[in-house]
Amino acid sequence: MHNQTVTQLAAALKSGELSSREITAHYLQRIERLDGKLNSFISVTAEQALNGAEAADKARAAGDTHALAGIPLALKDIFCTKGVKTSCGSKMLDNFEAPYDATVVEKLSAAHTVSLGKTNMDEFAMGSSNENSHYGPVKNPWDLTAVPGGSSGGSAAAVAAGLVPAALGTDTGGSIRQPAAFCGITGLKPTYGRVSRFGMIAYASSLDQAGPMARSASDCAHLLNVIAGHDVRDSTCATRGVPDYTEQLNAPLSGLKIGLPKEYFGEGLNADVERAVREAVKVYESLGATVREVSLPHTHYAIPAYYVIAPAEASSNLSRYDGVRFGHRCEDPKDLIDLYTRTRAEGFGEEVKRRILIGTHTLSEGFFDAYYIKAQKVRRLIRQDFLDAFEDVDVLMGPAAPTTAFDLGAKKDPVSMYLQDIYTIAVNLAGIPGMSVPAGFVDGRPVGLQILGTHFAEAQLLNVAHQFQQATDWHLQRPALAEENA
Amino acid sequence: MALEESHVRRAAHLARLAISDDQAGRFVDDLSQILDMVDQLQQVNTDGVAPLAHPLDATQRLRADEVTDTNQRDEYQRCAPAVEDGLYLVPRVVE
Amino acid sequence: MQWETVIGLEVHVQLATRSKIFSGASTAFGSEPNTQASAVDLGLPGSLPVLNEQAVAMAVQFGLAVHAGIPEVSVFDRKNYFYPDLPKGYQTSQMYHPIVGPGEVEITLDDEVTKRIRIHHAHLEEDAGKSLHEDFQGMTGIDLNRAGTPLLEIVSEPDMRSAREAAAYLKAIHSIVTYLGISDGNMAEGSMRCDVNVSVRPKGQEAFGTRAEIKNVNSFRFVERAIAFEVERQIELIEDGGEVVQETRLFDPERDETRSMRTKEEANDYRYFPCPDLLPVVLDQAYLDHLKGQLPELPADKRARFQNELGLSAYDANVLSASREMAEFFEEAHQVCGDAKQAANWVQGELSGALNRENLGVVQSPVSAQQLGQLIKRVVDGTINGKAAKEVFQALWNGQGRDADEVIEAKGLKQVTDTGAIEAMIDEVIAENPAQVAQYRDAEPDKRGKMIGYFVGQVMKASRGTANPQQVNGLLKEKLDALR
Repeated sequence: MHNQTVTQLAAALKSGELSSREITAHYLQRIERLDGKLNSFISVTAEQALNGAEAADKARAAGDTHALAGIPLALKDIFCTKGVKTSCGSKMLDNFEAPYDATVVEKLSAAHTVSLGKTNMDEFAMGSSNENSHYGPVKNPWDLTAVPGGSSGGSAAAVAAGLVPAALGTDTGGSIRQPAAFCGITGLKPTYGRVSRFGMIAYASSLDQAGPMARSASDCAHLLNVIAGHDVRDSTCATRGVPDYTEQLNAPLSGLKIGLPKEYFGEGLNADVERAVREAVKVYESLGATVREVSLPHTHYAIPAYYVIAPAEASSNLSRYDGVRFGHRCEDPKDLIDLYTRTRAEGFGEEVKRRILIGTHTLSEGFFDAYYIKAQKVRRLIRQDFLDAFEDVDVLMGPAAPTTAFDLGAKKDPVSMYLQDIYTIAVNLAGIPGMSVPAGFVDGRPVGLQILGTHFAEAQLLNVAHQFQQATDWHLQRPALAEENA
Repeated sequence: MALEESHVRRAAHLARLAISDDQAGRFVDDLSQILDMVDQLQQVNTDGVAPLAHPLDATQRLRADEVTDTNQRDEYQRCAPAVEDGLYLVPRVVE
Repeated sequence: MQWETVIGLEVHVQLATRSKIFSGASTAFGSEPNTQASAVDLGLPGSLPVLNEQAVAMAVQFGLAVHAGIPEVSVFDRKNYFYPDLPKGYQTSQMYHPIVGPGEVEITLDDEVTKRIRIHHAHLEEDAGKSLHEDFQGMTGIDLNRAGTPLLEIVSEPDMRSAREAAAYLKAIHSIVTYLGISDGNMAEGSMRCDVNVSVRPKGQEAFGTRAEIKNVNSFRFVERAIAFEVERQIELIEDGGEVVQETRLFDPERDETRSMRTKEEANDYRYFPCPDLLPVVLDQAYLDHLKGQLPELPADKRARFQNELGLSAYDANVLSASREMAEFFEEAHQVCGDAKQAANWVQGELSGALNRENLGVVQSPVSAQQLGQLIKRVVDGTINGKAAKEVFQALWNGQGRDADEVIEAKGLKQVTDTGAIEAMIDEVIAENPAQVAQYRDAEPDKRGKMIGYFVGQVMKASRGTANPQQVNGLLKEKLDALR
């Protein structure tokens, strides 16, 4: 059962072959038995899940036609869930129970999906390996000595290991796509503003975007159907209508114009990863697509620009964690400054502190123009690179990450960790949608093919990914852990 | 732009983060490395380029002036570290 | 040495929206602590701001009222600092692209002297909460009900040269915002507060002196007093060989002095940057035209009309146009009675006196503008005399009678103008006061004028105040002078 896709499970639920209760109980058992090895969940809400499953079964019996009614899911612990701990992977929020649900959580509940719990993540979504969590690192199901990627590492590992059929992640600089690549699953970062950010704890507000992580493009399409759309509570949420993302999945790809950015195949890219990606592109050619090289000339500056803009926004977004209204507070503060400085020193981990300090420094007097304004100008150039490229091609393809999953503890200095996101980060700066789909293995560790489209081209991306998955079976490969029965 | 320890200390103060001497040294190293990487931005010619704050060229929507949020003090204060008579408590503020 | 004072004001006006600038919580004043603090106002994780359309409209209306340019695009920025009454650790404000551009306000100094004060810009921002310093086991209590209340910060150019000008400017701003109905202008409740920048320079010198900023002055009177003190302090300091330091000071009304607020406070670095949770506000010409069409007549226009069309003195026009309520009351009374001068006198005299005695605002007046207008009409058309009118006013004030006519009727205050009736009363008074009559008769003609007052009083008394005093006077003189 746990090797089925959401699409398959939904069909079984619809036909009455399986009940949500059965499915939910099965996954909960798997989590209980196997997650000790992975550490992919921060909170498992078994009782609520079973109640939710029963309610979903009743709703289905009463004629609920939501495609996903009764499907168990997991939520990255960045989404506020009423009455359930929402930690954001931080000691700062270890005691925080959100008083409301995030909009996406509301939408998923309204569709009668069942949440199994909250998945592990890098603290405040800052990281590319899931080693920055207050709740300990997550292991990669393909190789327990490897990282699952980050920051949505818990969601990626849980889906890959068959602990849950699909999960939600968030992506600020690659945090859906890179862990999806490392764990051999399919992940979609929608266009900025496609999915509401209300109730999603902010890291960098102009870059953060929630999206689905699942076993197939078709599953991602089903999930995006539920979570996308305008929200009056988020000023930055797009007002444009939401198509049915499953409708275009089967459109043929003949005539599709694929661009390969030459900057995504340069120095730093692992040769085996490159080979796998180029093999995948050949599959597309066999499906009738044409391929040409394109250039995104400012690619090299995406990481520098990102490490000004994201920390700047983060330094401000994280000021609210001051020990006054919620969250961690230090013992016996002797005065106000002591309350602030000790609460924050105790509550935040190293990487979060680093980014707060960079952001504070680059925004401060004398540095603002040279760093922040400069980075915003470069951001415009980076976006323009993509817009120019999409004048000539329909989608861009390349690797999701320069290597496969690296070993736990392998990246010691911050900058080498940051370089992990070299192929994903520009996408967030430009606000365009991107996917990672499984495209092979190197030494037993998955490779992700990244597919990028222009703003609001999710339906096309899902179509392009789905057609690949009709022609290949990389996405059907399972780690040994997933083959174990509960 | 070389980073001095005084910069780190000032940022830590502005951000209200207590850092030990030991940590300060480490942050100077880490942040210097990061800022060296960031300094590559200076190579880009951005003459005549307007800063981009949001990836989409959307404009602010406005909300009708209606009271839609009712009192949820008890709910909101359940996760508060120190409350009395409905007030959040902090160490004495001297003005 | 002769010194010149240079003053600029930053006026913070709480806008009279129902809900907050970025949340749906109520802005009502005086509720239980933190019962009007929503998730957005508290800065709870995951909460996001959405801009209130009314706050935007009100800011634009103010801009239009001060003839300011309204830029097509304005942007919200974050002002970052830590303080317990600032829940998110930043205040959402507008640093680089404010909603209202440069404008100007005309202030009236003496009756005839006006001066233009330039407005540098006005921007929208959110108010902070309040720290309550009563003792909570040695702790401070934080109430965030006020957090997120929309503020319009109106920043003037340093165009004022005296405390009196500053107070007049503040009054002009108060008058504009209350006319527009965009604020209740209640300074006691903090709906309008101001920061005063004061410096002095030798007369004739062009460069500005170093300024001190006096924070949070919350009454017209305090503005004048704070400036007066501060100017004196600065001049003394310089004349004694010292130097003014740029700093923030606080006005203490009890000691009537300003004092330095931050002794050890380091220079702030607010790290302003565009708020990524809010998008640029774009206002098109059609929107501006629509709001322009809805602007009420503003105080300066009203003042001019009162003078030019109604023939009021500059003084009367100024006083009556100062508040929208007063002006509207006056105009309604005038419409009913048709005599602007009389209406102006009554509103500023009898009515204002009574309101002040009972500490009431004109909207709470027990005598309505309709009632007062009708009363004045009866004076103008001679139905009652001035003395009776005061009695009618008092009766209406006390709720005795629906309108002036009813009171006049009930109290029999209708003026007696019938010559025969008045003559009869005069004859009676003459007959009853032989000694005074004799004195009058024996007096030199030039003394008689004074003596006649006694008889007028007696006749008026006999008529219970209803006799027409001019007629009484004339007829008495005739009769007494005829006596031999």
